[in-house]
Amino acid sequence: MKLITAILKPSKLDEVKEALQAAGVAGMTVSEASGFGRQRGHTEVYRGAEYTVDLVPKVRVEIIVDDKDCASIVDLIVKTASTGSIGDGKVWTTPVDSIVRVRTGEQGTGAI
Amino acid sequence: MEEIALNSGDTAWVLASTALVLLMTPGLAFFYGGMVRAKSVLNMMMMSMITIGIVSVIWVIYGFELAFGYKADSPWYGNISFSGLGGVVDDFTNNGGLYPIPVLVFAAFQLMFAIITPALISGAIADRAKFTAWAVFVAIWSTVVYFPVAHWVFAFGNKVGDTVTGTGYLAGKGVQDFAGGTAVHINAGAAGLALAIILGKRVGWRKEAMRPHSLPLVMLGAGLLWFGWFGFNAGSSLGANGIAGLAFMNTQVAAAGAVLGWLLVEKVRNGHATSLGAASGAIAGLVAITPACAFVAPWAAVVIGLVAGMICSLAVSVKYRLGIDDSLDVVAVHLVGGVWGSLSVGLFGSQVVNSLGIDGIFYGGGTTLLAKQALGVGVVFAYSFVATLIIGFIIEKTIGFRVTKDAEVEGIDLSEHAESAYEMTSSSHGGSSQ
Repeated sequence: MKLITAILKPSKLDEVKEALQAAGVAGMTVSEASGFGRQRGHTEVYRGAEYTVDLVPKVRVEIIVDDKDCASIVDLIVKTASTGSIGDGKVWTTPVDSIVRVRTGEQGTGAI
Repeated sequence: MEEIALNSGDTAWVLASTALVLLMTPGLAFFYGGMVRAKSVLNMMMMSMITIGIVSVIWVIYGFELAFGYKADSPWYGNISFSGLGGVVDDFTNNGGLYPIPVLVFAAFQLMFAIITPALISGAIADRAKFTAWAVFVAIWSTVVYFPVAHWVFAFGNKVGDTVTGTGYLAGKGVQDFAGGTAVHINAGAAGLALAIILGKRVGWRKEAMRPHSLPLVMLGAGLLWFGWFGFNAGSSLGANGIAGLAFMNTQVAAAGAVLGWLLVEKVRNGHATSLGAASGAIAGLVAITPACAFVAPWAAVVIGLVAGMICSLAVSVKYRLGIDDSLDVVAVHLVGGVWGSLSVGLFGSQVVNSLGIDGIFYGGGTTLLAKQALGVGVVFAYSFVATLIIGFIIEKTIGFRVTKDAEVEGIDLSEHAESAYEMTSSSHGGSSQ
């Protein structure tokens, strides 16, 4: 099993969510995140005083998938979330040792 | 005593104006509250709320008599009396002549001015003042600074026949301040400057971003202030009459002109017209027209507002050069706006619009009126600044004026009030106790 973590533009979340549901992904965890990569922050001005806001708002999407589905799901996220401009985000995967469904105690791929 | 009958129209308008002016202080709480960080919004708003509590009580006990009493026949203070306003219930208002409204209506109206003036100061010391120290300051400052200064400016004396007793110093000198450019705004602005010096800078000032946490709250506050200001200015005519109408119109167009002036400066200087700029501009224009609203023509009110918006906007940057953390720009908006507005009467004052006024420079009146206005500006600024420095210094050296550094960094809402304004994370929802 793999954990796919995607840091995306908040405005792309709905499209990505719908594409993943259409591809049969059964669940995901979404949280608000902020940070920066190559896209630096922006400047805000209050009564003439300029503040640099380094951290840009993003969403973090986390999905656990079976090994065989991993590559195609990552491709789907990248394809859907891409706008071609700086700040589109990143997607990475990490191996997952175990998974348990809290309600039933099911383990392994059945719990995904 | 002359025979006089109560005028219900005048009384109704001043009663309504009184409620309008009260609303300005909660409005100010929103205006200021939105501008501070989320960790100190409640403290900012509470500084206004406690001022309503304290000043109302001392106003009844001795404040009104100290400001508007005449029995001492002094230009510097009204009367020292602890009658609790019980002896004047049946009297009419007499302030340089009789008005057909009950004196308690006048006393209630003036109370609202006495409340908002110290509340305005709180913006200069956001995020860092001990709540009890602020409360003590409000009581002392009102007694030693506001009540006497209100007497100097607003007390035209008790007139019986041709005899007038207890006229205030500046009123007697012919300084024209219709609704409080000197007594309210220069007074609060000078005091704000003094307190910002006494308390010092906030931790991290100019190093970390101190962005307004809620601009919609600022806009709400600006709207309430603007609305209430019609009572402040048009109510100061103490009657439902032509002067009230003039003051009302001037209040509107000066605020509008100042919104445009402030935004113009921002657009040219920073490239964007901001919501904080629009809200600040409105207040700057309202401040500037306050002394002038009954003495100038509406076209002049537009000019006064436009100029106020521009100079107040430019004045904000001065605090960075001086290194004084006047957190919410009480000096740039209220002191600078108040000085400009008070002097503007000497430029645009016109007997055509108000026969009781004096012609200013642009109406062929020469510099006589401008000199009087400058006297009012100078006297109120000097007294308020020096007296506030002394009061602030004594409070700092006795009970301490500032919260600890840890409390300030953690957030003054938590340390001073044991509350937080917002639930910031979903994990703070709490669980059900099954």
